[in-house]
This record gives sequence, structure tokens and C-alpha cells, in this order.
Amino acid sequence: MMKLQFLLAYCLIFSTSLVLSATDAHQKKLQSSYDLMSNENKAMQDDPSLNPAMFWLGDGETLWNQPSAKNNQSCSSCHGDAKKSMRGTATVFPKMIKGKLQTLESQINQCRVNLQGNPALAYESKELLSLTAWVAYQSKGIPIAVKKTLENKVALQKGRQSFYERIGQLNLSCAQCHEDRAGLKLGGSTIPQGHPNAYPIYRLEWQTLGSLQRRLRNCMSGVRAQQYEYGSPEMAQLELFLAWRARGLPLESPGVRP
Amino acid sequence: MSKTSRTSVTVPPRAQRGSIIEIRAIAQHDMESGFRYTDGGKIIPRDIIRVFTCTYNNVEIFKADFYSGIGANPLVIFTTIATETGTLEFRWIGDHSYEAVNQANITVV
Repeated sequence: MMKLQFLLAYCLIFSTSLVLSATDAHQKKLQSSYDLMSNENKAMQDDPSLNPAMFWLGDGETLWNQPSAKNNQSCSSCHGDAKKSMRGTATVFPKMIKGKLQTLESQINQCRVNLQGNPALAYESKELLSLTAWVAYQSKGIPIAVKKTLENKVALQKGRQSFYERIGQLNLSCAQCHEDRAGLKLGGSTIPQGHPNAYPIYRLEWQTLGSLQRRLRNCMSGVRAQQYEYGSPEMAQLELFLAWRARGLPLESPGVRP
Repeated sequence: MSKTSRTSVTVPPRAQRGSIIEIRAIAQHDMESGFRYTDGGKIIPRDIIRVFTCTYNNVEIFKADFYSGIGANPLVIFTTIATETGTLEFRWIGDHSYEAVNQANITVV
């Protein structure tokens, strides 16, 4: 009995320290993984004539203005010029819309299906990445502004839980690397703080543009855990927590990463 | 699918006669090596850019052969001497009759 009480007390202390650590980390300086890149890679992100993601932006702009075959509605029919209407939009996603947590990708698909009568775009398809990049690009340089609200409270809590939960055969949580050991080395590379402030990214390893969810699934398979499905509520909740954790950090979309 | 005829070239619009100018040319292309397999074990056929050429007022000034080892969306940076006002034409030719062309004008003073 004594032992059990001790264990319980230990658990309590441990769990409160976990809850605190998210706020602790926030008091430390937020660092974009841009700062960890080589000068060549930084130049590739900053210079539009070098950044390969610019091709996807071109496609995204075309898709934005392309009327649907069903009802002749395009993104721009409702939203007008993305350069004006989408400015800052990506900084508040994932967002609760009509009681459902929507990521930028799922909201684009929601519009496409319900308002344009188009079939939903597959995750990681060139079209969805292009549109997401085009929307996110309009917020380049604007700080992430996801807030804790009454509506997103539960989702945020679940996302936080995912972040601190040990998963996979390697039994690691996101926090163990990206909070406790951020700035230290994993193999030859520096462990970043893990902020979602440049997505979609052109990752040189992938040789293509990819979403945050693809990157998260990467980590999950890295620790040999079952990956969350693309577009699943768990993914959106984790994205929400990550965005909230990175609040204040300017968006760099579309970023380049090694 | 990431093969379009989308390309981007960067050439200084003005240059001094005889000066060295830097030229950048990038094309959106998957550069499928031909060495990869699908989940079902079928080989994915090779689909790459084979040749890149640049002409300056119809004179070839740069040419490169590309092979399977070159990554997706290849970027080529090279230099030339600004000799006369005119047009630089860039051409990418590849498998499955892929062809992309881009142009840039330069004024030499």
C-alpha cells in the first residue's frame, strides 16, 4: 500500500513536470531549424531563383484560379486574390471550423468538395501541396498566431498528450528529442526544436515538396511506431499542439530543408 | 507526378561588355532514376532529362549531359562572358519526348 502511494505520488509529480515543460520550453528562445542549416541551404530557401518550391507555387496559383468543372467555382470566386485574402491565414491553422479541427490541407479539401463539387485531393498529391504552399506562402514572415481557446482546448490537450507520450519500439516521445535534447546531436545532425513554421517544405532528401504530416510520419517510423494516418484527427491535434508551441515564430513557407 | 515544362532561368538583364555573368537554370522534373521499384516489385522506368543546352544568339555556349545520378529538379549554375546584346535560349531534352525551352534577354553596354 505504502509502495502504491509512493508510486502514485511519483506519477503525479512526473505528470505535472511534463505539463510544465511545455511552458518552460516556450520561455527558452524559439529557434527555427533554418538557423541550423548550411549557408548554401539557407540561400536556396531565401533566393526564389534557387528555391525549387517556387514551381509548386506557380502550380498553386494556377489551381487557385481554375474553375471547377462541376459548378464553375474556383478558389478565387469566393476568396478573390490570395495575395490579399490569404495573408496571415496559415498562421492560425489548424483551426476549429464548425466544431471540427481543420488543418490547412483538410480545409482546402473541404472547400473543394463542398463548394466546388470536386473530389478531394489526396494527401501528398502535387495539387494539394501546390495549393497549400500557395496559401501558406501568403503568410511568409508573419508569426504563428494559434491561441488556446475554449473551442480547441480538448484537441490541444490531446495533441499535447501525443507529443509527450512514449511511442514505438524505441519507446521515445517527440519531447525527448525535440525538447529535452534539442540542440544536441543525432548522428551527424543537430536535433531541431521541431517547429512547424516552414511547411510545406522542399526537403532535399525527398527531392520534392512535402507536408508536415509526411514529416511527422517520418519521425513515427523512425521510432518504429505505428504512424498516424494522413488527415486523421490525431494528426490534426498534434499539428495544433505544435503550432501553438511555436506561436510567435514567423512562417517561412515554402522552406527548404536538407 | 512532378514533370512539367516549368523552368526558371536567372540572367542579369544588363551587363558590361567583356564581364563575367552568372546564369542559373532550374527545371521541374522528377529525374526518375530507373533503379527504383514499386511496392509490388515492378521496376519504375527511367524518366530523366538527358541533355541541357544553352545558346547565346544561336551560338552554343554551354551543354551538359544528365544521367540517373542527378537529383530531381536539377539546378545548373554556370558563367559566360557578356559579348553582345541578345537572347539566351535554354533547352532541356529528356526521356519520353520531354522538352522544355526558356529564354532570357540581355543588354550588353
